[in-house]
Amino acid sequence: MTLQSSPAHTPHTNAASATRDPAWHERLTSSWVFFVLIAGCAFITEFKPWVFFDRASLRSSGQFLASFYPPAHDAEFLSLLLTSAWQTISVATAGVTLALVAAAPLALIATRTLSISRIGNRSSVKRLSASMLFIPTVIRSLVRLILILLRSIPELVWGLLFVRAIGLGDTAGVLAIALTYTGMMGKVFLEIIESQDARPTQALLTNGASRGQAFLYATLPSCLPELVSYTVFRWECAIRSSVILGFVGAGGLGQQMDLSMKMMDGGQAVMLLAAFVVLVWVADMVSKKLRKWLA
Amino acid sequence: MKISLANIDVELGRRSEKRVILNDVSLNLAAGEQIAIIGPSGAGKTTLLHTLACAIAPSRGMLLIDSTSPWKLSKASLHRLRGNIFLAPQAPPLPPRQRVVHAVLAGRLAKTSTLAALASLYKPGDAAAAVAFAALAKFRVEDKLWHRCDRLSGGERQRVGLARMLASDTPLILLDEPVSALDPALGLSALKTIQDEATARQATLVVSLHDVQLARQRFSRLVGLKAGRIHFDLPASAVDESTLADLYGAEFEAASGTAQSRVAEIADDEIASATAMAIAEAPPVARCF
Repeated sequence: MTLQSSPAHTPHTNAASATRDPAWHERLTSSWVFFVLIAGCAFITEFKPWVFFDRASLRSSGQFLASFYPPAHDAEFLSLLLTSAWQTISVATAGVTLALVAAAPLALIATRTLSISRIGNRSSVKRLSASMLFIPTVIRSLVRLILILLRSIPELVWGLLFVRAIGLGDTAGVLAIALTYTGMMGKVFLEIIESQDARPTQALLTNGASRGQAFLYATLPSCLPELVSYTVFRWECAIRSSVILGFVGAGGLGQQMDLSMKMMDGGQAVMLLAAFVVLVWVADMVSKKLRKWLA
Repeated sequence: MKISLANIDVELGRRSEKRVILNDVSLNLAAGEQIAIIGPSGAGKTTLLHTLACAIAPSRGMLLIDSTSPWKLSKASLHRLRGNIFLAPQAPPLPPRQRVVHAVLAGRLAKTSTLAALASLYKPGDAAAAVAFAALAKFRVEDKLWHRCDRLSGGERQRVGLARMLASDTPLILLDEPVSALDPALGLSALKTIQDEATARQATLVVSLHDVQLARQRFSRLVGLKAGRIHFDLPASAVDESTLADLYGAEFEAASGTAQSRVAEIADDEIASATAMAIAEAPPVARCF
């Protein structure tokens, strides 16, 4: 009897198949699934990049681009630009500050690594696990649900809602950013905290420290730079958000951009775009400096 | 604190793949008693310490600390009890960016209000800083008081972890391999400091040690743990080479050079067994892209 035909030697044990990558089929399948999904998405969204290069669209984009020169630089426009930029920064800063104040406690409530009731091997003590683990789990899920609700509604929709409710102006923008960003920051804070080495925190909790103390003395020193850098990044995003919110009447650079675009004033539009770039660049510098200082 | 374990079983892991770590363990400790736990890697020394610290609930048997059963207490009372127990894990759990002074004072958190703890992070009070300094001085690392924990060497980290114990004021002290990263002379003096502190506060002290000679030299009662069971519970004078050979297996006699070479070998074993465990826990087909 030959080796191959022996029932004890399935194809998996002979030399040729021993060197075959067992993950290959899985990888091949996932490549195909990925390709089919992308093709499907392109079809549904009517993705036709060549339309961009057709003569009519090239001419109209060219005209708009040509109108960028010369950039508007009269004193009246420049002072308007500065006030609008300041308004945008204020809306973004106020919104993110409110979001930070709301997101931090929510993240702390939902963090599993800070849970005192999870200390111990509760799964083996059925009698206890039922009553002592149930309520904290419900609270954690509830907080996660709140965070999902807050961030699943885009700030633009919140903005439209608040513009209806309290009228045009910055307050609507601040509230819209605060609500959506609470959801986003809460979720990411939670993930940053839970991805840290849990041992310092667990050690303090097992030695009888409270949740807040364990957070202050073990969790925070480990993840402060990540938390700060993410918050600054969110501030940068909030600057962009407040621009978009300006289009629906929440003031700032967005409102000016909306007006300039409607008037097809390329000279003003390019200055407003330049202002966005400068703001994002400043946010990037601040983030870099803060990270270096905290590292 | 008086401790009594009666027929304790501890199982770890999820429901489908439970491993029995401690099997029918019974042990009694009088208040103020000092014992060392020895035994081969993976015998369950760390799990036993965590069980005593009320960090792992036993699945069977009776655990009594000062005649109360901790796992029958309310959540708040159980946590208050944990504030009276100090457990130092094997790897000193120091957050990388924290300064040593805060890492040491963290030992007193259970007896501090959260507001005071926050204020101390902003500026440690002079009295608190003096406590931390004195605790560090006992292990000769007082010059590191204002340093960051991630700038310390392994031995310094371990001593900062022990200084945290001195800053606490608990009647039960549980230390997992407290001197494993220290040279023999320093290890001996650190262990002396620990025992003097336990005596001074009349605390019960349980220490797990790899260095058998050190355990025999410093403790009057030794508990040998093997494969999750109590192998022996004897006065140090009754523990001889044959008892130890029985505890550690045949390799013990073959390797009986100096105490140091033995320690090195066991440490290697530990790494090997940790790696084996990691391999065993990995999924059969690795997802590597």
